[in-house]
Amino acid sequence: MTAHAVLRSNAESTLIKQFEAQGELARSPQRAAAFKRFAERGLPTRRVESWHYTDLRAAMADAAPLAPAPDRTAIETVGRAVKERKKLGAARLVLINGRLIEGLSDSLPAGAAVVSRDGQPLAVDDPMVALAEAMSRADCVVEVSDGAEIDEPIEILHIASGDGALSLYSRMEIVVGAGARASFVETFSGAGPAVQRHALATLTLAEGARLKHAVVVEDRVELHLESQIVDLEAGAELNAFALVSGGTLSRRQLFVRMLGDKAKIALGGLALLDGSRRADTTLQVVHSAPGGTSREFYRAIVDDEAAGTFQGKVIVENGAQKTDGAMKSQAILLSPRAQMNAKPELEIFADDVVCGHGATIGSLDPEQIFYLRTRGVPKDEAEAMLLEAFGGEAIERVEDEALAGALRASFRAWLASRGDRPTEGRA
Amino acid sequence: MLEVKNLSVSVHGQPILGGLNLSVKAGELAAIMGPNGSGKSTLAYVIAGKPDYEVTSGEIWLDGENLLELEPDERARKGVFLAFQYPIEIPGVATMTFLKAALNAQRRSRGEGDLTTPDFMRRVREASKALKIDMEMLRRPLNVGFSGGEKKRLEVLQMTLIQPRLAVLDETDSGLDIDALRVVADGVNALRDPSRGFLIITHYQRLLDHITPDTVHVMANGRIVATGGPELAVELERNGYSAYAAETV
Repeated sequence: MTAHAVLRSNAESTLIKQFEAQGELARSPQRAAAFKRFAERGLPTRRVESWHYTDLRAAMADAAPLAPAPDRTAIETVGRAVKERKKLGAARLVLINGRLIEGLSDSLPAGAAVVSRDGQPLAVDDPMVALAEAMSRADCVVEVSDGAEIDEPIEILHIASGDGALSLYSRMEIVVGAGARASFVETFSGAGPAVQRHALATLTLAEGARLKHAVVVEDRVELHLESQIVDLEAGAELNAFALVSGGTLSRRQLFVRMLGDKAKIALGGLALLDGSRRADTTLQVVHSAPGGTSREFYRAIVDDEAAGTFQGKVIVENGAQKTDGAMKSQAILLSPRAQMNAKPELEIFADDVVCGHGATIGSLDPEQIFYLRTRGVPKDEAEAMLLEAFGGEAIERVEDEALAGALRASFRAWLASRGDRPTEGRA
Repeated sequence: MLEVKNLSVSVHGQPILGGLNLSVKAGELAAIMGPNGSGKSTLAYVIAGKPDYEVTSGEIWLDGENLLELEPDERARKGVFLAFQYPIEIPGVATMTFLKAALNAQRRSRGEGDLTTPDFMRRVREASKALKIDMEMLRRPLNVGFSGGEKKRLEVLQMTLIQPRLAVLDETDSGLDIDALRVVADGVNALRDPSRGFLIITHYQRLLDHITPDTVHVMANGRIVATGGPELAVELERNGYSAYAAETV
């Protein structure tokens, strides 16, 4: 027997079969190496520290069949739906089941281009990153050339097509050249409740590059597993945000390395959780060079029996002097059975740094609700106002009016649907 | 219009009001004065419907409506307005957004449509001018970082826009310098109307130098212990509350 025999779960056995059935693709040395890294570790369990609150091996009863490449009918159907969607920016790329569909995509503005090559091999030590690297069929690489200044966002739509249980794998690589400026928004949409989605994105910022990046997870996908791998060279600046309002179980993991001097990151997110949904944001930020600034600001609204997780680890390596780091995670629980796990961590090996973190978990302030009600505002509306304010403060850090506006609209739609949803004690 | 009958209230099991009787007629401005801890603010909160205040006996009627059966926002839409002693800060909610939500909630309950933005802005601008409120302040989050005077003027602005049937002012004079006190008093006086009742809760007489009450009630140990005209406030300022506080012990 092969080394794979040590793996036991159904999902793991299925994944091995699925990889081996890929033939030529599976024989590419990079993918084979990546799959080997996955197979050695298997699906993470709660015994893996960074996966402590999301026991994926237990949650994934089996791996769903691989989604097929979309046929003509599927492309036409998606094409019609995409046409109805309001465009967020200058140009849109459409991926169906992880494959870029050129016929539905715009040509990119001057200075940006889709490049036909595989993504770079990844050195991140995480089994799900390795699995996505091994299984993704068609990498989508976008390069922004040195010095290019692209004002309007480039929208990347990840659309799921097909019925029933499906596994989707996608891999994006965004490379921003020296001194260039660009913004991207990736939206995950269209997946039904039996879809397992594995999304991998690498964001590479050359010296002095500035990137704004937003992610929206809005569909009813069963499993959303997303890894973002970020490298910043000297003076590069990244502002990255995620709005998660969909997914039965979602896990976003960010691996950020600040490799050059005086790089700056602002990471943020807003998770909106109801029913028995689970959302996990786990990030690791490594300051490897001096003078870096990192800000993390995550908020969650958790209702019903839902559960949120935030794990943030900031590592300041020896030599990364004058690092300025601040991490904050805040959650509002709307029901006695809602749950939030917050685990901020700092590991500091340099002596001249300013780093801090804070986490708060609470409920809506009854004094604020009472004040609004004494002015005639009904209770539901008062709660919605306070929630909108709480989430709005996370969204406003996106610092791009077009993006923030679109995020706010999605957030309001979630709040409105909350009012329509029957909850306990309310028929 | 307001009838408080034999009202007893406990907070976390602690009796605060014990058999309080009070009435305010349409067009009347009644002042309630009393030492700290006499239950003045509790009375204001119970009229507005604050949760956690347990009414153990008694009734509160406004225009023939039993207020104790109504939620705080329903009471507000029936015409009750409470100007808070310590207005609440709400980060992330622009003051203007809040004002619009409040006004429209009141209008909807009367079967009126929402105000158009120009109409709303015109009303706010007019009312703000008289209260010396800078429009810039209204773009900031509600009460966040406002000075004591700004918060109190904003309470009076809300009252002016909402035009309540019964206005309860809880220590609106506290924390105000003399100029701000005059602005706030002018705002209250401008709203005096034969159809409107006021209940003005204050510890000191100085607010009543600018707002002449029709009636003055003295409150001690959770009850009204004396009632008179404006001259009673002057007497209290001279002699203090000791005579009244002692009487009920």
